[in-house]
Amino acid sequence: MNTKFLTGVLAAAVLSLGVAAASAQNPPIKLENVAELSGPGATVGTNWKNGIDLAIAEINAKGGILGRKVEVNHADSQSNPGVARSLFQKAIDANPYALLGPGYSGSVKVTASLAEAAGLAQVMGGEAAELTMAGHKNLVRTSFGQQSSMPKIAKYIAEEVKAQAVAVVWVNNDFGKGGRDMITKELAARNVKIVADLSTEAGQADFAADVVKIKNAKADVAFIYLNEEESARILKELHGQNVKIPLIGETTLLGQKVIELAGVAANGVKGHVGLTTDAPVPAVQEFRKRFQAKYNYVPDHNGIKGYLSVYMIKAATEKMGKVDAKALPAALHNITITPDKEPGILMEVTVDEKGDLDRMSFLGEVVDGKQVIKQVLPKLK
Amino acid sequence: MESLLYLVLAGLMTGAIYALVAIGFTLLWQTSQTINFAQGEFAMLPAFFMLVALNLKLPLWLAILLGVGVSILLLGLAFKRLLVDPMLRHGVLPLAIATMALAIFLKESVKEFYSAEAQRFPSLFPEQKVDVGGAMISIQSIGVFLVAIAAVVALQLFLSRTRTGRSMQAVAQNPTVARILGVPVERMILLTFAINAALVALASALVTPIYLAKFSNGEVLGMAAFVAAIVGGFNQIRGAIAGGFLLGIVDNIAAAYVSTQYRAAIPLLILIVVIMVRPQGLLGRAEERTV
Repeated sequence: MNTKFLTGVLAAAVLSLGVAAASAQNPPIKLENVAELSGPGATVGTNWKNGIDLAIAEINAKGGILGRKVEVNHADSQSNPGVARSLFQKAIDANPYALLGPGYSGSVKVTASLAEAAGLAQVMGGEAAELTMAGHKNLVRTSFGQQSSMPKIAKYIAEEVKAQAVAVVWVNNDFGKGGRDMITKELAARNVKIVADLSTEAGQADFAADVVKIKNAKADVAFIYLNEEESARILKELHGQNVKIPLIGETTLLGQKVIELAGVAANGVKGHVGLTTDAPVPAVQEFRKRFQAKYNYVPDHNGIKGYLSVYMIKAATEKMGKVDAKALPAALHNITITPDKEPGILMEVTVDEKGDLDRMSFLGEVVDGKQVIKQVLPKLK
Repeated sequence: MESLLYLVLAGLMTGAIYALVAIGFTLLWQTSQTINFAQGEFAMLPAFFMLVALNLKLPLWLAILLGVGVSILLLGLAFKRLLVDPMLRHGVLPLAIATMALAIFLKESVKEFYSAEAQRFPSLFPEQKVDVGGAMISIQSIGVFLVAIAAVVALQLFLSRTRTGRSMQAVAQNPTVARILGVPVERMILLTFAINAALVALASALVTPIYLAKFSNGEVLGMAAFVAAIVGGFNQIRGAIAGGFLLGIVDNIAAAYVSTQYRAAIPLLILIVVIMVRPQGLLGRAEERTV
């Protein structure tokens, strides 16, 4: 009895040691995410986080990255750049493989130098043009920067809508200022006059005065560049004041959350969409179904961005053939990831030496409460 | 001209909401010396009670009624019994700080247990617009204004024409004498808290379709209503009403004709001027206290 018992204990001990040794050889790949899980950017951060979680669940179900499981820790920046920076430092101290987020450009701006100093890759959701122009070698986008998207919108406004006078409404943060500067430059290059330049505040609830200014400006088009919740509020006010001119924007004006919040007021809105779950791409449609099944709502572009961030890390790591945190930033630049080799990337994407993206994009319109893609704009290169 | 008219009408609508919330400040101050810094959150929370009811597929009118009922229980009676009564005996300042803590607790609770994201909230009124003197005004704005005004008028009638209302006024003016005259002071104070909860719940149902339901809505509403109450006169209901309308109109006109960036500073500027020139507020009554 005693011999059997001892044998059993020994066998269990050997097995445990074996498992421990195996997991020491293959420890999980740790990612740290800092995102806007509350505050004005909660829509952005929540979608981003859920996209990350979905991608990690899928990757782990298929054996992980190079045989190693992936783990993520989420931290809430409260949409505050100061909080984002302290949480980012904490995330770096946890010695992760890569850093994810934030989504707000202002928060990316204050965290990029920390990632660079730590030599870690930062895959983020910010769209302000200056982020990658500042020369941070470790920064990688998951969506177009404004330097890529604004020329397309300006071209659309000037050549297809044939507008000559535009009212530009922007949110007074890094994202909004960057967009305003880029669209101003691009419209001027096409001889389109800006007749109203309206700054609004993040979290603003009442847009009555701003809409009155748009009406008084006698613009042919209103270009609206606000975050999602403010986009919904201004659309409701524009609808309330019976504004009939074309309302054009970027992804943040046509996103699913904006449509849900603005209701009928979103109908007729047009714009350039870098990422959308309404894209006529089967892989994107499949992603949408999986996301909706897991979270019970339709993700916006931030959900796709979060999802892609993990798959970009996976593709770059597998290309390196090793899990090397210090080598990952370089592996994430000058890379083209195709869906045939990495289905999770959904659409072929090229990341250049600055961390900017080239990918197909879309011109969309909200029709009867749904985003309808009217035109597919191919990858530039 | 239509623009100015529109801004004034939109300001009246916003001002009516501010007034509803501001009245609560004055009611609680007059009857129990309570400054409720969670008043903004009190106007945010009922929308979420209503959203829960709507998620249970209840019709909007019933969801609003339930929201008002739950608000009276939690933000009126429970607030009075569980926070105000134990804290007030330690003085006005500890209570004010406790209400600040309550404001944070309510915000974080909504974030944790409902969502940090903005939620759509159905309107009581149709989306159509009507022409008012050349300005296209939505029926929703007119409806919000009329309902808020009706609530204020009903409150005034209740306070001035009913025995209970007059008893409440007596408690507000001099609780000691009121008690000697047989007025049930404690019950009157409790009723004041219940009325405040009903008013903020109504404000919540009216404003949330426009502002969207979000945990942070109370910050804007609370600050605006507090400023409105001080500007109008913290110890007079009519002062809170006047302050609410003044702020609503000035905010809109300042944003349109002065500066969008500094719109939030204009009400504070008015507040400073009023405090310096007429500390009791535009319609307030000067009070003297023994210290």
